[in-house]
Amino acid sequence: MGEVPVQVTVNGRIMTRTVEPRLTLADFLRERCQLTGTHLGCEHGACGACTVLVDGAAVRSCLMFAVQADGTEVTTVEGIAAPDGELSPVQSALRSCHGLQCGFCTPGFVITITALLRDNPDPSEEEIRDGLSGNLCRCTGYQGILQAVRQAAELLK
Amino acid sequence: MKPAPFEYHRPATVGEAAEMLVALGDDAKVLAGGQSLVPLLSMRLAVVSHLIDIGRLDDLTGIERRDGALWVGAGTTEAAVGSSAEVASAVPLLAAATPFIGHLQIRNRGTVGGSIAHADPAAEYPAVALALDAEMEAVSHRGPRIIPAADFFTGLWSTALDQDELLVGIRLPVWTGRSGFAVREIARRHGDFAIAGAAVGVELDADDRVRRSAIALFGLGSTPLRATAAELEARGRTVAEISADELGRLAVTDLDSVPSDMHGPATYRTRVGAAMVARAWTAASNEAGNG
Repeated sequence: MGEVPVQVTVNGRIMTRTVEPRLTLADFLRERCQLTGTHLGCEHGACGACTVLVDGAAVRSCLMFAVQADGTEVTTVEGIAAPDGELSPVQSALRSCHGLQCGFCTPGFVITITALLRDNPDPSEEEIRDGLSGNLCRCTGYQGILQAVRQAAELLK
Repeated sequence: MKPAPFEYHRPATVGEAAEMLVALGDDAKVLAGGQSLVPLLSMRLAVVSHLIDIGRLDDLTGIERRDGALWVGAGTTEAAVGSSAEVASAVPLLAAATPFIGHLQIRNRGTVGGSIAHADPAAEYPAVALALDAEMEAVSHRGPRIIPAADFFTGLWSTALDQDELLVGIRLPVWTGRSGFAVREIARRHGDFAIAGAAVGVELDADDRVRRSAIALFGLGSTPLRATAAELEARGRTVAEISADELGRLAVTDLDSVPSDMHGPATYRTRVGAAMVARAWTAASNEAGNG
């Protein structure tokens, strides 16, 4: 089976690789770009831990092949903080609201919340819950996560 | 949880995609948004030799009025449908179904054509297409073909599309007049496939009599189903004369292949289906009455 060249801009850096078509975008990021912040929980689109931005849209990177991302711009959790390491408002709110316990699901939540508040800066309670419904936290720390979304929305105002 | 190896093809035009479908034969599968196909490949419930990625075909995306109908390109994402003012005003039933599909991240990739061609009996868009008598536009190397929704869904995950045919668009009739629409479903968790659901459209005349009624069921058989007996029962009567519960019971009376699984036996799903029809009917007819 032939390998295919792909070029993806990840967090502003151009990544040129040759990949098997069956390589998911998630595995491409983790294993071919050494960006292991994107986590893989279920690998079949149920848990949301692998959520990244592709051309600005929050998507599950386990449900997309790297070849499909050829030519796109991808943002992972590594690309959310400022270059000097200062946390984004979403990350800082998750920290101060204890919106993470074991932290495994956190990268997916960070990306999802970042996209949610970009598109809807003042979400209602229902819109927050609906917007986060595609991300699972097996520690079930949802109250802290919801509080972090509210706080991040305030910080971003 | 890794797919088996396959060859990847990315046609530049619809014509090229049609040629590839002929050349690659039964071993090829069309990849649209991948939100159903990629999990099936990852779990190796499906194994293919060739994937034809239609995700870059601009001819397949768009939402526009054409000849009195609303044309939705097969490659249009569910997110684009959900945020389209044109869909909301022209085909409110399609808009109403969209938030039930998966989650934000799924709708950002999943496509209208992908959902309809995958033909999951518990999915929302196939039921909407069936309820509204939509027409499917297919293309093969033999040329274009129109397939009515009533003939399209042939069985579990099976459609009238030939192996070498590509679904390129959906034509949805635009209802005018005093009409109302609603989708209701029960799922274990929001975003899961429905245990049972109903998509309903109602059009009333000036005297509040039902002029047009459309009721489709999903999750209650091997395909989405039209509840024809219930539709006919409602027609010509005023909203006040119709018992929504009665209509719900009638809608599920003749079902003969209701699935049973860990989420509930067929008897339970049937009762849920009747309740979903009743609730959707009430919401749709109220909306029509206020129109």
